[in-house]
Amino acid sequence: MVAGVGVDLENLWIRFGDFVAVRDANVNIKGGDFFSFLGPSGCGKTTILRAVSGFLEPSEGNVLIGGKNMKGVGPNKRPTALIFQNLALFPLMKVWENIAFSMEIKGASAAERRKRADELLEMIALEGQGDKLPSELSGGQRQRVAIARALCAEPHVLLLDEPLSALDLKLRQHMRTELREIQQRVGITFIYITHDQGEALTMSDNIAVMRAGVIDQIGEGKTIYNDPATPFAASFVGENNVFRGKVKRVSGDRVLVQSNRSGELLARISTANLGRLKEGDNAMIFIRPEAFELAKTGTEGDHYVSARVINEEFEGNVFNIFMEGDGGKEIKVSLPNLGQSFDSHKGQTMTLKYDVKNAVAMPAGVLATE
Amino acid sequence: MPRILKDFLSRNGTGPGLVMLGLVLFWTVGLIILPQLSMLDFSFRPNLPPPEMGGPKDVYTLENYKYLIYGPEGGSQAYNTVDLMVFFRTLVAAACVTVFNLIICYPIAYYLGQTKGNHIRVFALMLIIPYWINEILRAFALRIIFGETGVLNTIFTGIGLFDTPFDFIRNDYALYAGLGYAYILLMIFPIYNVIESLDHNQIEAARDLGAPWWRIHWRVVIPYAKPGISSGCTMVFMLSAGALAAPQILGGPSSLWFTQLIYQQFNDSSDWPQGAAYAVVLLVTCVLLVLAVMRLFKVNMGDIGK
Ligand SMILES: Nc1ncnc2c1ncn2[C@@H]1O[C@H](COP(=O)(O)OP(=O)(O)OP(=O)(O)O)[C@@H](O)[C@H]1O
Ligand SMILES: [Mg+2]
Repeated sequence: MVAGVGVDLENLWIRFGDFVAVRDANVNIKGGDFFSFLGPSGCGKTTILRAVSGFLEPSEGNVLIGGKNMKGVGPNKRPTALIFQNLALFPLMKVWENIAFSMEIKGASAAERRKRADELLEMIALEGQGDKLPSELSGGQRQRVAIARALCAEPHVLLLDEPLSALDLKLRQHMRTELREIQQRVGITFIYITHDQGEALTMSDNIAVMRAGVIDQIGEGKTIYNDPATPFAASFVGENNVFRGKVKRVSGDRVLVQSNRSGELLARISTANLGRLKEGDNAMIFIRPEAFELAKTGTEGDHYVSARVINEEFEGNVFNIFMEGDGGKEIKVSLPNLGQSFDSHKGQTMTLKYDVKNAVAMPAGVLATE
Repeated sequence: MPRILKDFLSRNGTGPGLVMLGLVLFWTVGLIILPQLSMLDFSFRPNLPPPEMGGPKDVYTLENYKYLIYGPEGGSQAYNTVDLMVFFRTLVAAACVTVFNLIICYPIAYYLGQTKGNHIRVFALMLIIPYWINEILRAFALRIIFGETGVLNTIFTGIGLFDTPFDFIRNDYALYAGLGYAYILLMIFPIYNVIESLDHNQIEAARDLGAPWWRIHWRVVIPYAKPGISSGCTMVFMLSAGALAAPQILGGPSSLWFTQLIYQQFNDSSDWPQGAAYAVVLLVTCVLLVLAVMRLFKVNMGDIGK
């Protein structure tokens, strides 16, 4: 078994003409990590992956794999294997030939290749399917063949470019678990690209949140979800309600914000922004839908929000309430369904309470657009 | 009425459908099959003056075919070595032209098919425009290049590479160049067509798995392009073996092309049955050769149409 090696991006810039696709990326990925780049379409995720696999030379900065600078090393000479967004299996080769293609290059005999391919087929639960053509497999099976083909090359780093995006929801969720299992079994570094925050959160050890060529935050999923560094990270990863306003008072990691329409709100300054908010600054407070609970109508205070209910829906595990919010956006509240009775409050004003540690404040900035 | 016919008629309407069908039938039967059948018929008959046609002497015979193998009756040699040599040389030379053409055209087609950008259109145009000029003029243009006082010889003797002008024409270089050039498009476009539809990610995937460039072509691109390669090669081989203008204009005086023999029999000796027999032999041999090669490389007939 090969051990995973670390991958470092140092001051990485990638330009296409005047267009900057990646701006000064600095990332340290530990060996054996499941690391995800998460960001909306067109933010430069594939570009970063192509720079790591060697199909693209950085305009500036370095890519280090296992501590070695990869400048001038071609994709066929790097210890990486890439799984393409569309898989790119070889349609005219049988499944086993696809899987063992990297061994064919090294001059392994047909018997050796067949043996290794069969081992890998067993690992991906496709025993006995080696003599089929890729077109004779289902989408999920093809997916697994692509993984086996990449693993057969014994890479130290496996690069995956949105490999699940073509699958339907059920299969996608199943493959998440499977990918995670495979990664833990083979122990090599996985660099995974996705625009689906659910995928990133469920599978990754660490996540880099990207926006328009810039990496906004790097950290564990839990950290990014609970303690986002930028308004973009806060609004892109998971659902969030934003309250805009001006800072009234700062004390320690607490900040009191005069919000545009919900009165004074007390919040916790996110770790990355400690010391960066002062009186009079424009600030944003993010409170997750599940961080609210119902309070007695009319209660006031610095951790209460009152607004008129516009809409309600029942989602099974939660009741969702949509209320009039700031800047035309609704405030979404999700109350867990614990079998309690729930009366409609449509048109009425309701008061919500939140725990101050669940309200995250930071300097105002760009939000993710859905 | 067979189902396929019924479907065809209901899809296109009975009237237009019948007209289309009629035209296709007229084209295949009237313009291709019947004339070829009458050639075949000719090839088995003796060469008689018109009044004797249909007379008692007009019987089926293998004489014309025997002539290709044994030569004139009572001739000095046991076999018709001259014509047979021409025949085999034509086939070998046509095969060489085909292979040579493939070697030149595959990289061009690959480049055109896998590169993106507007300049590809310009490239394609530059390949097509020379074909607006007719075949004879193109052949004579090559004579100007390859002739004894032609462009190449002037340059090569000028820079001192040759002491005396080299006779490209007598040595058949001009002929091969001319034949190769004449059918370059027929080789490039079928290959270009398939390679254009090859997903570039497959090439990158092979490279990522460690394949050097030649193996990428050998295992990924060429197998994928096989239908295009075989239809290109088939066309170039058939047309080179059957070419007349290029050998006439560019061939050396001593080297005849088999089509020139056929032409002489039809035209100079007015021996249509003999010419027809030679033509039939050429056609059948070419078809058999192509089928054999296709079988060797495991190409299906259906792939050729792609
Ligand atoms: N070869 C190229 N030439 C010019 N611009 C490019 C090139 N490749 C990518 N870009 C641009 O760089 C930006 C980032 O592209 P990239 O493919 O990395 O996005 P992505 O994050 O992978 O998006 P998606 O999720 O849609 O795959 C895009 O705006 C794209 O238009
Ligand atoms: Mg992408």
